[in-house]
Amino acid sequence: MSKYDKLVTNAAGRIVPTVVNGKPAIPYMGVGKYKPEGFRAAPKLTSCADFPADGNKVVAGLKEALVKSGLSDGMTISTHHHFRNGDLVATQIFDIAHEMGIKDLVWYPSASFPCHEPMTKYLEDGTINRIEGSMNGALGRFTSEGRMKGLGVLRSHGGRYQAVQDGEVHIDIAVIAAPTADSFGDANGVNGPAACGPLGFALADSQYADKVIIVTDNLVPFPCLPWQINGNYVDYVVVMDRIGIPEKIVSGTTEITKSPDRLLLAEWSAKFCDEAGLIYDGFSFQAGAGGTALSIGIYFSEILRQRGWKARFARGGSNKYLVKMLEEGLVEYILDGQTFDLDGVRSMRENPHHTWTSPFTSYNYHSKGNFSSMVDIVILGATEVDVNFNANVVTHSDGYLLHGIGGWQNTLFGKCVILPIPLFRDRMPVVRDRVTTICGPGELIDVIVTERGIAINPLRTDLIEKMKNSSLPIKTIEELKAEAEKICGVPAKPKFTDEVVAVVKWVDGTVLDSIWKIAE
Amino acid sequence: MGETATTGNKGKGVRSDCFVTLELTGEGGIQLTVESKVAVMYGETIRKEAMEILGFFGVENAIVKIEDSGALSLVLAARLEAAIKKLITTDKAWIPGILEENHIGTTRDRNRFSRLYLPGNSPSLMINAGIHKPDGIILDLEDAVAPDKKDEARFLVRNALCAIDFYGAERMVRINQGERGLEDLEYIIPYNVNLVLLPKCEKPEQLLAVAGHIQRIREKHNRHNPVWLMPIIESALGVINAYPIAACSPDTVAIVIGLEDYTADLGTRRTAEGAESFFARSMVVNAARAAGIQPIDSVFSDVGDMEGLRQNVLRSKALGFDGMGCIHPRQIVAIHETFAPTPEEIEKAKKIVFAFHRAQELGLGVVALGTKMIDPPVVKRALSTINLALKMNKLAENWREQYEQI
Repeated sequence: MSKYDKLVTNAAGRIVPTVVNGKPAIPYMGVGKYKPEGFRAAPKLTSCADFPADGNKVVAGLKEALVKSGLSDGMTISTHHHFRNGDLVATQIFDIAHEMGIKDLVWYPSASFPCHEPMTKYLEDGTINRIEGSMNGALGRFTSEGRMKGLGVLRSHGGRYQAVQDGEVHIDIAVIAAPTADSFGDANGVNGPAACGPLGFALADSQYADKVIIVTDNLVPFPCLPWQINGNYVDYVVVMDRIGIPEKIVSGTTEITKSPDRLLLAEWSAKFCDEAGLIYDGFSFQAGAGGTALSIGIYFSEILRQRGWKARFARGGSNKYLVKMLEEGLVEYILDGQTFDLDGVRSMRENPHHTWTSPFTSYNYHSKGNFSSMVDIVILGATEVDVNFNANVVTHSDGYLLHGIGGWQNTLFGKCVILPIPLFRDRMPVVRDRVTTICGPGELIDVIVTERGIAINPLRTDLIEKMKNSSLPIKTIEELKAEAEKICGVPAKPKFTDEVVAVVKWVDGTVLDSIWKIAE
Repeated sequence: MGETATTGNKGKGVRSDCFVTLELTGEGGIQLTVESKVAVMYGETIRKEAMEILGFFGVENAIVKIEDSGALSLVLAARLEAAIKKLITTDKAWIPGILEENHIGTTRDRNRFSRLYLPGNSPSLMINAGIHKPDGIILDLEDAVAPDKKDEARFLVRNALCAIDFYGAERMVRINQGERGLEDLEYIIPYNVNLVLLPKCEKPEQLLAVAGHIQRIREKHNRHNPVWLMPIIESALGVINAYPIAACSPDTVAIVIGLEDYTADLGTRRTAEGAESFFARSMVVNAARAAGIQPIDSVFSDVGDMEGLRQNVLRSKALGFDGMGCIHPRQIVAIHETFAPTPEEIEKAKKIVFAFHRAQELGLGVVALGTKMIDPPVVKRALSTINLALKMNKLAENWREQYEQI
């Protein structure tokens, strides 16, 4: 099986394969252009007669569960990333597979973290053929150097759900680490020592995988409530001493930035939203977990407090700052995809106005609508933006793959997408002629806020009109690029070989761009 | 092995800087190694610039290692020149192109509410300093630079004066005390510095020595823009001599009280209430007013305490100060907002200025508000409040037309 074949130029002007890991792939056709046909995938039928009547599905260990699930060469194994950098389970699966001499597995995580670096040895020895999901840090570097056997596939959170639902990816075994579970397999993330909040990233896995294994370190008698994952989908339950490291689960980039430059970006972003009339009584917003995005919440709070307004809902990643807004009555609901700290977990557990979501409710593009397009203000990051407002979140300007897409692509459908980003990082200009990798088409990206000026997408004539007399420094994107290059110099482009090492999928499953192997 | 010199910074947390190791050798040409976090984008540029600079200074045989954390050209050049000059004596200087924006001079009476201290050897803090819109930035060659880094800081400060855009902030440098301070001037006066801060000023002679030296350098380099002086009073003797210091040179535009050293000199500590410094602060305000220059207050050192800062600025303003130093960009807004005239002050000033203009139009020698006569100094202060409000966009240019209609 060839890694990829039949390169074509897609609607974004990018060269992409139309055969990916032996299967046909559709090149990106434009936003909303590709319409799927046929039916959703379906898992095999099962009978209660084959499951214990007392509901007890506990087996001796992870290995037994994997063996009973029929672990064998070439299978696709899925995991979720709610434990972020504190995950103790995913690597164990492949330790076992390696020990059993299993080869050519496909790892299908919802995201990867530095703690998953040990996977590189399994990628090298052939236990794992490829990763479809996200390749962060060391795994990204490994991929960029062309060392992964299969072709990497990068998907957004919504795209991951879509791929499973559409039958593009068939999960053979889903291993779902769960902070609390009962012996039937009902599970949640809000209780237990490894509490992480929701378990939404594992929803598709539970619904569509052939075999579903719940792994917990906090087994409770039936019923485990709330049941974010239903035991009715579950084959086996495994109990371990420890499934995650709490301080690494609920930490990360969740403190408000102290950097004066980033605070300025946050302040200007909030001011932009206010002057453009995007903030009103009953508006909605989504802000990521980065320090800059968090700080925007602080500025929003000030504005809401002054005017006696409320946000109808905010999208999480939640954390203590968003929870504070909820508890102060500045936000009526938090619709939460993942929880970044213990305040977020507590709030989700105790406050009915703080509810968990899944990529199905928030992001799946092949459904009857999802709520990402209902959000008024979306604040995101990017590694690069180009003069056509296309943006990159996966590779850096040196060409290396270093990040996953996360929910980034999905949230681009919000009503106003704002990227607060520094004009250059150390010497690296962020505004380029052409992004190294396109992850988001420019037509969906409305505003770039940098410390040296704010550029509005020319397509947004409404925003341009509203900001005509703004006190903020509104510039064109070309002006911003020229300013960065005046300070930093014109950067050379990374040198690639002509070998594709991974592809970036768009939210509809089409291939948006290719990641190329770095030239020595 | 030949002589070796190192300059710059490296290691965890270092950004926008580089570390240069230079070893002069007798033969073998230039052996240049560049390790850079931006190698893909700028590796070639760095090599090219380094070779050019080495050639410019006549270095033909050397082992050069550049460990780069994203240094801009002006930083790389400063580090390399500093390393070369540790080993070679030369009159040559590698000056980056001076930005158009940096040719601009400043006026004697411009606003000096805030001036942001920037350590003279930390490029990462300089590059974005101007975006926070302080009235002035201070590139500090004195206390914020470690003693063994003071030589190399001069090159960085010089290059920053030339090639960093501070977006309209007045470009100030704090020089060292004594002889070193006079040497510092050679690195800044020819490169369009706007204002020089003199630390630990105790006698007018100190200031006059600096002023004279500046004049000589200006003439030598044919520089026309003014170079203003701002002495810092940091000792009991300085406080006692505040007026002679403030009044001795026509180039002096402001006088500053530096309270950390002053309280140490008194044998006491700074408190939030500031009773221990009331005399000194008042002396400085009085000396400045008597000499017709701006009195400027000490920095507020708790960066996290914004409310404390605001209270401090209010006290400062009440004592008569015109501005204050800051050590973090987030302090700037609070300082500007608090020093700015309040709506009540503006309203009052509008009434007075309006009455003043009316009196002038009617050819009256006396300004009156209702039945009350307004003294000329009150009018003067009201005019300056109005000017300030206009400058800070707190009042519309056509306020008088609007006022007339009321």
